[in-house]
Amino acid sequence: MITKRIIPCLDVKDGRVVKGVNFLGLADVSSPVKLAEFYSSSGADELVFYDITASAEGRALFTGILTEVASTIFIPLTVGGGINTVDDFDCVLKCGADKVSVNSGAIRDPSLISQAAKKYGDQCVVLSVDAKRVDGQFRVFAKGGREDTGLDALEWVRQGVRDGAGEIVLNSIDTDGVKNGFDLEMLEAVCAVVDVPVIASGGAGCADHFKTLFQTLPKVDAGLAASIFHFGEVSIPDLKRELAACGINMRL
Amino acid sequence: MIAIIDYGVGNLFSLKSSFNAIGQETIVTGDPEVIRKADKLILPGVGAFGDAAALLRKNGMDNLVIEQAASGKPLLGICLGMQLLFDYSTEYGRHEGLGLIPGSVQPVRPVVPAGYKVPHIGWNALHLRGKNELFRYISEGDCVYFVHSFYAADCGESVIATAEYGPELTAAVAHKNVYGVQFHPEKSGAVGLNILRAFCE
Repeated sequence: MITKRIIPCLDVKDGRVVKGVNFLGLADVSSPVKLAEFYSSSGADELVFYDITASAEGRALFTGILTEVASTIFIPLTVGGGINTVDDFDCVLKCGADKVSVNSGAIRDPSLISQAAKKYGDQCVVLSVDAKRVDGQFRVFAKGGREDTGLDALEWVRQGVRDGAGEIVLNSIDTDGVKNGFDLEMLEAVCAVVDVPVIASGGAGCADHFKTLFQTLPKVDAGLAASIFHFGEVSIPDLKRELAACGINMRL
Repeated sequence: MIAIIDYGVGNLFSLKSSFNAIGQETIVTGDPEVIRKADKLILPGVGAFGDAAALLRKNGMDNLVIEQAASGKPLLGICLGMQLLFDYSTEYGRHEGLGLIPGSVQPVRPVVPAGYKVPHIGWNALHLRGKNELFRYISEGDCVYFVHSFYAADCGESVIATAEYGPELTAAVAHKNVYGVQFHPEKSGAVGLNILRAFCE
């Protein structure tokens, strides 16, 4: 049986890992390479790197770090942030990424998903969606959660998968940073409309939240979190052992 | 020296890095002379079978790999590189493979139960069959990372490991000096590195 994945997410700005609470108030945490090594050796099933830098200098720092990470750790790496063109895919894949996550870039140009899937395969294209409840609808937000696109999240993921997205990361802005648990309602709605792996993001505050996630929604494939791992509030080896003891299939 | 065969498919950065990590020197090359001089060969591959098979054929790399395997040189195919070792694949029409291991490559979708996602992506446990030297540093039930939509079928005798995804899917094969793994050892953490180490020794 395939295992459920536990994925630490590293938001990288100017070469350093940061994590926001509800996307605001960034605080410097640590070196991406050191964190990546730490997570890999402690049993993380995959790592996600988001480059939240806007400048060219920051971008160059990021690809340098990515190359360093990819030459020292050997688990799947997903990269996102600032991916707007197929050339951007090419750049991070050459630095050692295995999957590339698109968000605002795909909102601006939805053909980015199909172009990239055709060139690199569906398994390489991850559609990352920041969604929030607006007027009784799950609405897609762009630009790190600052801009309401007016798009319906369920329709957006359905279209993304049709175009070739091989995986969905669903980040609920409503639960992100609040540490009260994953957004089960939003996740269930997304799982019902797509048949590719769905990664839950936003809201994990303790090990129990992962247990509830996988037990309530068996269709969810992975749980992603940042600060609780970075600050050591939840240790990945303990978390995985605890989940396995509850009968959830884990790689130990 | 181990040669990683470069025939224009995919990105070999992680693969090369993983050999570096176990202290094994490798050369990424498409040069027939270098490939002939190498002690062992790696046949990588990602993407569609037909495209990769056509690229192999383009520079006569197919015959070179067949010739090298026939000479007894250890050869390891990884992911699509493993699939290319078989007689043929049915991915988007019928495409001939290298015919180094009897069997064919078939879609995963029709053999797995409804509700199972395809591609088969993620970490899955290896069920080892018999004792193969490739697995001398790993144990039954160790997890490795898979990403694939097609699998090796009709190759019963050469199967040395499977992974359960509804039915047991072929995870690794060995036929004389030719080895293949469907999963990505270069993305399978310490277990993957230990498989590469066993192949190198």
